[in-house]
Amino acid sequence: MSRAAAHAAATRRDDVIRSTGISTGRLAIWWFLGSEIVIFGGLIVCYVLFRLRHPEWGALARHTVTPAGAFNTLVLLTSSLFMVLAHAAVEHGDLKRASRHMLGTIALGGVFLGVKAFEYGHEMSMGFTPVSGLFWSFYYALTGLHALHVTGGLFAILAVRQMVARRSDTHRVELVGIYWHFVDVVWIFLFPLLYLSN
Amino acid sequence: MSEANILDPPLDPPQAAPPTAHAGAHDDAPHGFWSTYFFSTDHKHIAKQYLLTGLCMAVIGGLLAHVMRMHLAFPDRAVPGFGEVPAGTYNALITMHGTIMIFFVAMPVLLGGFGNFLIPLMIGARDMAFPRLNMMSYWTFLVSCVILIGSFFVPGGASPAGWTAYPPLSANVAYSGAAWGVPLWIAAVALEFVAFLMGGINFITTAINLRAPGMKMFDLPMMVWMQLVASVIFLFSVGPLVAGAVLLLLDRVAGTGFYNPGAGGDPLLYQHLFWFFGHPEVYVILLPGLGIVAEILPVFARKPLFGYRMVVYATLATGVLSFIVWAHHQFVSGIDPRLASAFSITTILISVPVAITMFAFVATLWKGAIELKAAMLFAIGMVGVFFWGGVTGIINGSAAADIYVHDTYFVVAHFHYALIPPVFFSLFAGIYYWYPKMFGRRLNETLGKIHFWGTFLFVNVTFMPMFGLGLRGYPRRTYDPRVFAHLGDLHPLQLAATLGTIGLLLSQIPFVINFFGSLKWGAVAGKNPWRANTLEWSVPSPPGHGNFDGTPVVYRGPYEYSLPGGDADWLPQDLAPGRTP
Repeated sequence: MSRAAAHAAATRRDDVIRSTGISTGRLAIWWFLGSEIVIFGGLIVCYVLFRLRHPEWGALARHTVTPAGAFNTLVLLTSSLFMVLAHAAVEHGDLKRASRHMLGTIALGGVFLGVKAFEYGHEMSMGFTPVSGLFWSFYYALTGLHALHVTGGLFAILAVRQMVARRSDTHRVELVGIYWHFVDVVWIFLFPLLYLSN
Repeated sequence: MSEANILDPPLDPPQAAPPTAHAGAHDDAPHGFWSTYFFSTDHKHIAKQYLLTGLCMAVIGGLLAHVMRMHLAFPDRAVPGFGEVPAGTYNALITMHGTIMIFFVAMPVLLGGFGNFLIPLMIGARDMAFPRLNMMSYWTFLVSCVILIGSFFVPGGASPAGWTAYPPLSANVAYSGAAWGVPLWIAAVALEFVAFLMGGINFITTAINLRAPGMKMFDLPMMVWMQLVASVIFLFSVGPLVAGAVLLLLDRVAGTGFYNPGAGGDPLLYQHLFWFFGHPEVYVILLPGLGIVAEILPVFARKPLFGYRMVVYATLATGVLSFIVWAHHQFVSGIDPRLASAFSITTILISVPVAITMFAFVATLWKGAIELKAAMLFAIGMVGVFFWGGVTGIINGSAAADIYVHDTYFVVAHFHYALIPPVFFSLFAGIYYWYPKMFGRRLNETLGKIHFWGTFLFVNVTFMPMFGLGLRGYPRRTYDPRVFAHLGDLHPLQLAATLGTIGLLLSQIPFVINFFGSLKWGAVAGKNPWRANTLEWSVPSPPGHGNFDGTPVVYRGPYEYSLPGGDADWLPQDLAPGRTP
């Protein structure tokens, strides 16, 4: 059996055309993201409303490590690129390559968390803890919630990678990829709001 | 997990096979006690688990209300069977009664129970789109129930911060004394939201993607529409409260000051986050309740649902409007009057689509061949009792009028009149109607009618006096009325409400007897005891694993009753054209 045929057999389940013509998994992940968007949306709107009332928070934002944040933005975007490549590889039936690309995503996700941990340590050593005022409370709450999502995403990608190794449920590469891009997009919002608006 | 479970029927419509005696029996049915009754992925079992858990929680919630009512009627005496009610305990009773009834009765019963049972059956699917996620949803919910009930027994007792958990009362241990109760409350509610997010995503994908061949969106039974819209509302409204709860928890345990003005925060922020969810939540509960009524009225009036499309559009409009009414809960929280006017307008606006739905229900009854079975009584009762909730909602929705009645018993009466119909009247209507499908036997009609008339009478005896209390300025959440001299002559109304509660609780005894007795002694129901059109009645009662033997094909809408020129007064959705039922 050719690789493409094996892949087709593995994903046949999800290829059944549904009432809407969209696979159920893809539909579910988009609705799930909808619910996630309003969680982050709610928090971000709260932050923005406070930020508008407190121009002096700009001075506080200067204490965040902007180069580290910029580097992390690059890291996360690149990890998303690997995710896209993994999905493309699955589409071509090349599961080995997909698996390698997913490893790239996982590694870069790990780098992101490492840099974030370094930033937290640095800020806390300067005395900026989650209870040193509302700006820092928001900073830690927003980036912390995001980091939790990164961590969750890493475990999800790891699990899907195992499935790919077993040649089962390979359509989930796309699903976990959609989620990973979402995590990426949230960071694109957080970085300017928390680091750059000083 | 069997793959066949999530396989959709193929697109090419096969010829509708005549149902056989063992329709729905499939090889992939799980065997063994544990996998059948506990860790089942079958939507029908999960539905029953949700339903029974919700009913058990309703008993607890009802008894909490009973203790409160007894205390209010006889504030100088201990409550029989409970003992003295100290002020802190009274606050915990209020909090837990509200929390349990909204989050742990209404949602599990209406969405988890009826939604789970009916969506796949009504759209001709073999199960939910994600059966394992469905099971996880139930077990997450059960854990949240255990945490919530457990919070009664921790040092400091259950949360006394109200079901809305406003800071600073909820954010500062010093104000409430419930060091453990409040964090446990937040954890239980958060877990419950996770459970219903899993369920909601499942409901939405199932309803729009697993429809049987031939079933267009406008062929969906109204119940499926209502569940769908309710799930979407929940999905998009709960996020900000999840965010708000995270901030509250951080304020509480980490010492941040999001809601603390002393630290630059703002307690009003929490109110906005809470009600941005809290008001849509009312429609998350109301819509499935209306869905149940919409299924029952046409069957027992032998008439099509009046204005099916209009009701669908009204439901969608209700869903959209439900997102922009929330601040009417904050008319006395220091809101800008211009903003208050805006929210008054949207609030009064939302009564238009809800009224359209209600009038469609009344018009469905008009000149129908009405058969007053217990299910029908509760369905009509729902419309009748909800009238008072809806009409008084307009008073509360107008900022000028609301300022007068805000935080009085008028509001208590209003939201009980608004919530008891969709939660309890619809719940009972649904159980009398679908019990035969769920358990294969019929409930006793005489007990059912006693149950209805008792419930109907005593709901009004309990809550009608509260309108009077509120209009005369009786503040809600009053622990001891004796400290307010001007409340003394209102005591007879409180006494009436308490007598009503006792009557209401006693009225549920015939139901409990009926529910459990009929499992053994009820008349065997057969496939379609009510001669109804929707797909769940085309399979055996109870349906087997996999629901349908083969794939049903849908030829028409769900409410084709008493069509002119037909031999029978009903036309099942899956009946091939030219055939008679």
